[in-house]
Amino acid sequence: MDYSQFGSMIPELIVLGIFMVVFLFDTFSGEKGKKILTPMATILFLLGTIAIWIVPASGEEIFGGMYVNNTATNAIKAILNVGVFIVLLQSAKWVQSDEVAIRKGEFYELLLVTLFGMYLMVSARHFLLFIIGLESASLPLAAMVAFNKRHYESHEAAIKYIMTAVFSSAILLTGLSFVYAFSGGSLYFSDIAVNINRGEMSGLLLAALAFVIAGIGFKLSLVPFHLWTADVYEGAPTAVTSYLSVVSKGAAAFAFFIIFVQCFGSVYSDAWEWMMYAVIILTITVGNLFAIRQKNMKRFMAFSSISQAGYIMLGAIAADGLGLASMMFYIFVYVVSNLGAFAVISTIEDNTGKLSMDDYNGLHKTNPKLSFLMTLAMFSLAGIPPFAGFFSKILIFTSVTGTGSWALYMLVLIALINTIISLYYYLLVVKAMWISPDEPKIGNFESGRCQRVSLVLCGAGIIFFGLVPYIYQYCYDAVMNSSDIIASIMVFVFR
Amino acid sequence: MFENILIWFVVIPVIMMAGLGLCRNSNMNAIRAVMVVCSTALLGLSVWLCCDFLRLRGMGVDDEMLFTGSWMWYEPLNIHLAVGVDGISVLMLLLSSVIVFAGTFASWKISPLPKNFFLWFALLSTGVFGFFISIDIFTMFMFYEVALIPMYLLIGVWGTGRKEYSAMKLTLMLMGGSAFLMLGLLGIFWHSAPAGGQLTWNILEISHNASIAPEWQYMLFCFTFVGFGVLGAMFPFHTWSPDGHACAPTAVSMLHAGVLMKLGGYGCFRIAIFLLPQAANELAWIFIILTGVSIVYGAFSACVQTDLKYINAYSSVSHCGMVLFAILMLNTTAMTGAILQMLSHGLMTALFFALIGMIYGRTHTRDIRQMGGLMKIMPYLGVCYMIAGFASLGLPGLSGFVAEMTIFFGSFQDADLFHRIFVIAATCSIVITAVYILRVVGKLLLGPVQDEHHLALTDAAWFERFSTVTLILCIAGIGCFPNWINETIQHSFAPIIAAVQSAAL
Repeated sequence: MDYSQFGSMIPELIVLGIFMVVFLFDTFSGEKGKKILTPMATILFLLGTIAIWIVPASGEEIFGGMYVNNTATNAIKAILNVGVFIVLLQSAKWVQSDEVAIRKGEFYELLLVTLFGMYLMVSARHFLLFIIGLESASLPLAAMVAFNKRHYESHEAAIKYIMTAVFSSAILLTGLSFVYAFSGGSLYFSDIAVNINRGEMSGLLLAALAFVIAGIGFKLSLVPFHLWTADVYEGAPTAVTSYLSVVSKGAAAFAFFIIFVQCFGSVYSDAWEWMMYAVIILTITVGNLFAIRQKNMKRFMAFSSISQAGYIMLGAIAADGLGLASMMFYIFVYVVSNLGAFAVISTIEDNTGKLSMDDYNGLHKTNPKLSFLMTLAMFSLAGIPPFAGFFSKILIFTSVTGTGSWALYMLVLIALINTIISLYYYLLVVKAMWISPDEPKIGNFESGRCQRVSLVLCGAGIIFFGLVPYIYQYCYDAVMNSSDIIASIMVFVFR
Repeated sequence: MFENILIWFVVIPVIMMAGLGLCRNSNMNAIRAVMVVCSTALLGLSVWLCCDFLRLRGMGVDDEMLFTGSWMWYEPLNIHLAVGVDGISVLMLLLSSVIVFAGTFASWKISPLPKNFFLWFALLSTGVFGFFISIDIFTMFMFYEVALIPMYLLIGVWGTGRKEYSAMKLTLMLMGGSAFLMLGLLGIFWHSAPAGGQLTWNILEISHNASIAPEWQYMLFCFTFVGFGVLGAMFPFHTWSPDGHACAPTAVSMLHAGVLMKLGGYGCFRIAIFLLPQAANELAWIFIILTGVSIVYGAFSACVQTDLKYINAYSSVSHCGMVLFAILMLNTTAMTGAILQMLSHGLMTALFFALIGMIYGRTHTRDIRQMGGLMKIMPYLGVCYMIAGFASLGLPGLSGFVAEMTIFFGSFQDADLFHRIFVIAATCSIVITAVYILRVVGKLLLGPVQDEHHLALTDAAWFERFSTVTLILCIAGIGCFPNWINETIQHSFAPIIAAVQSAAL
């Protein structure tokens, strides 16, 4: 075997390197050394992120085409890394707390392992590698969800998460075994694409696609596979919740796009367009309607993130280069906006332990800056200009309507009407903070240094990355320069 | 980029926000200084723009848009930041800056959180100015939404009465309108060029290409017209307006009724009719019915209200309905009237709301049954209120007369029965307007004093006088010299009328 092929896996090698350093340091350092573990991991990760962002991707396929590192996968990895970096900053205070401090090394290790798994999901061009990535992204996450080990809710959440993760993997594997029946004995994406194109549509293929959508839909918490979301988000430590809600979702959405366009692109209008059509409408609407009634901020964010996942999947139903670029941009904006909201939630939770929306009443009197940032994050999630969320929404809508079919115009109309519903409940938070006449329940406090950095990063991202088209251009160029994705989209468009 | 004068209409409010960001909430003088300097700069800029525009037109420059500029923004989708003005936008900019200027003085003593109030106020004005300078529908839509969302906090935090309910209702209804609008704009974009051509968001290019197929035009026209019509308080979608205006603080009511509702009319005119002329020809009758209803219905509703702000809000529904009504007549005279009505209504409603705010600040009630004889107690405010009332019912010499006469002359040009019936119905609203205006004036200003505590109240302070005098001068200016407005806008209708007529053939 030619070991030099590993040299092409630059992003994976970087994360693996950081993992090894953290792991060895955690194992062999003494009590004193452990104090610098958090800054060390954070700084190393920052350097790694910058490296991935800058180093150009080779674009070559290795291991006989199982793995590809092209500009698009590189860009989505860089975007995921930004999310993880912000999560690391947010969790800095929580990992120092009494209960967790002794195990903080494990937190970083598990985090990096799951990230590594997501990288494989994104880069895989063979279902075996994809499954390996998916599993290594799911199972350690359950351990992270259970990280507050003295809390009953944390255990419950972990059990729920692991059960659904295993169950969804089982469904996915069933679906893949059906796919295998059509693929002429290969699990390479490219082979499957060719063979499915030759075959006739059949009930078995529809079942296979439904199972694959269900399997990945669990990761993305698409309705009707979302039932675990609220409980897990509520029970998990806040840092893990924010990680689950953005990073793991972003990776799964990208992988979904690649699988469905590269493998099943030729049966787009026959099979999975209408399936996704229904799933997206359900996801956006159900997520929104349930979010209205939530009082716990973490449950609230859980339902809001369900509906956001529906918007992300609009990029998949557009199924072209513009759709993928808009989807990646949406993921980026969702990362900064959602993490901005979680930064405020976790800062308040770490300092006062309060999590209910009623506790936010009158917040601007004691914490004007946190209220301001939360307002920005809520406006951005609701898609209000001039914040980044507006641009990501409008660009993804543009890409969907680009196909010109009436059905997709109606889908956009439904999504747009849903943004009004979502605006209602996002404004409820704003109302609690700014308009409610109650006396503030949360006192004035100093937030930690890392938390402040993460708040500033998210705020800056929300304000600038819509007005400055850099990120969108970066995603668009990345997609357009990935020859394999473009080639499969072209096949698919001119089928 | 910054050598283009129009960009400064957005840059100055941004500077205003940055300046306010540096002030402290407790330092009222610094906040006022920033606001006064920047709003004066905006006023000066728009006056200068107006003069320059007239000078260029006088020199025989007859491009559709002047001062154009275009900078690439989102390249993959060909989104530009494109600016340009014709006579209509120049006047709208002038109107907006007058009202922002007057609004600054009308909210001289705002509390609590004056800094945050003016921050959102500045964001609102950024949206308004940006909307009027844009000729790229993407940026236009963005500025449109920028102007909507600060209303939520401005009403919710600084409003009075049922403010949480009204703020939420207003925001959701307007955003619902903009959802329809968004879909319409996306449709326009994807059909903006013949097959294989470069798609564009630029209004001028879209209208030159004229490539939107009729069956698409019908759907898109309905979406865009309803989208803008919600903000223009068109009949079934007007319900946000009375609640919103009644609960908003003074300066916000002024800006909202004075300028923001004009965004609706301007948008219908610039996008729905200009870009989708064929649908405008064939579907105008639907909206003529709706706007006809809002004119009469708004006027009747105003007759039975007892809250001063509700009276004005319903009268706004009636007057803004007239703007849309005139635009839909699709001829030059009626459209000139619509523009005059936008200006006239903007100024006189702003004056009304400023005066109501001042009266409410003293009497702490807006119920006309609990007030009376204010002319004796505060003669200055009383006289101003009368002037505003007369402008509203169309006294010659004030702006309302010019606007309404032009609208009715223009509308009567369409000779078929359907149009005639609606024009006659709309004309009747003048009488109803007289009823509710005279009722208020008689009860509020001339009747017996209802509450002896009111006898101790003071008349207007200097900043209040300043704000009202500015507005009254503008109203009288339009009423006495409507010709210069005609001169400014006379070239602006030609492309739109040409588009509509060529589509009708």
